[in-house]
Amino acid sequence: MSENKTVTMIITRQDHPDESSYEEKFEIPYRENMNVISALMEIRRNPVNADGEPTTPVYWDMGCLEEVCGACSMVINGTPRQSCTALVDQLEQPIRLAPMTTFPVNRDLAVDRSRMFDSLKKVKAWIPIDGTYDLGPGPKMPESKRQWAYELSKCMTCGVCLEACPNVNSKSDFIGPAPLSQVRLFNSHPTGEMNKSERLQTIMDEEGLMGCGNAQNCVQSCPKGIPLTTSIAALNRDTAIESFKSFFGSDQRV
Amino acid sequence: MAGTRGYVNRRLHSLLGVVPIGIFLIQHLTVNYFATRGPEAFNAAAHFMESLPYRYVLETFIIFLPLLFHSIYGVYIAFTAKSNLSNFGYFRNWMFIFQRITGIITLIFIAWHVWETRIAIGFGWAELNYSLMEGILTEPFFFWFYIVGVISTTFHFSNGLWSFFVSWGITVSPRSQKIMTYASIIIFLAISYVGVRTLIQFAYGI
Repeated sequence: MSENKTVTMIITRQDHPDESSYEEKFEIPYRENMNVISALMEIRRNPVNADGEPTTPVYWDMGCLEEVCGACSMVINGTPRQSCTALVDQLEQPIRLAPMTTFPVNRDLAVDRSRMFDSLKKVKAWIPIDGTYDLGPGPKMPESKRQWAYELSKCMTCGVCLEACPNVNSKSDFIGPAPLSQVRLFNSHPTGEMNKSERLQTIMDEEGLMGCGNAQNCVQSCPKGIPLTTSIAALNRDTAIESFKSFFGSDQRV
Repeated sequence: MAGTRGYVNRRLHSLLGVVPIGIFLIQHLTVNYFATRGPEAFNAAAHFMESLPYRYVLETFIIFLPLLFHSIYGVYIAFTAKSNLSNFGYFRNWMFIFQRITGIITLIFIAWHVWETRIAIGFGWAELNYSLMEGILTEPFFFWFYIVGVISTTFHFSNGLWSFFVSWGITVSPRSQKIMTYASIIIFLAISYVGVRTLIQFAYGI
């Protein structure tokens, strides 16, 4: 009985980064507990489209298969999310798969998320502790703070928040919510806090914090439930204080 | 740093929308509300505002320059957004788009309104009194044009006030942002009433 049941998928494909995209329809045999990735694997096993014509296997990115790495993000029935946790039984058919539009497409559903990693470098999303001698143990972190900071550390740079943001598009250079929240994470760390001002200065421009328009789609869309808009509002406060200090002077900077 | 100017512009845009433009808006609607007490009361209030000392300085620095900056930079902000309501129909995303649409409507409305009143008065084509507004608003087209313009302005201000509280890091927690949403709705309803009530007075004399 179950041999007759099929899953219909309409996939937006692109053969080359410079070529235009096209849609291809697939009918694949249904199995119980399928996710989008196992459906894509089925196409890879037998690359024949719904018209019965042989085609190239659909290409996509994946890594951990447990929603921790962020590599398999794509737009599934209009919603950007990870394909590993998108269960076929819970999706309306035909299942429409498309690459995220915010990023350049490498091939088919695989996109190049380099801009996010560049942003992490730009905002200095790390704690510099390298030196010529042992600095000893760092300052302690209060448990209550560690708990919410841990939530921010769940970010897997998947790109869903950038895809959901109306201000991240071809007309703007806004880096998006994910790298901003990382600034808050590293500024909250007792050792990272020593470079707080430096990190804040890097996001005090239009591509940074000022690119936010408070549409708050990011916090609704984040698969890890990271309080992105709380981070942005907290950074708004921090940068307001930072600009006050840097203009009028403070005990850290004359 | 290349971006510093962008930072200052955006901060200034947010600040000017509330101080002084938002404050001026409330003052303007309040003075106009004198119309509901009859033509004499309105004329007296308008004349008082008209005869404030160093009026041109006040008008330039409290109204025209801030408004010019806020509107020009605002058009730029509005056109760098790309609406994605079809896939993300969340409340705040709607507010985000409405804020941009009402910004453009408000700009068109205010440009026309300033031309028809302040500039016309400045050139001596009109006189500032109750009958000037009565003449404009008894025409049905302009009555509805003003209704749309005033409500668009009050929405843009109320929702902008919500954004202002976030942009300056006053409301950080989701709870405080939610309560501010309710507060902004109440502000919107209250000042819209003041504005619309005045328009009805001018148009229908009731």
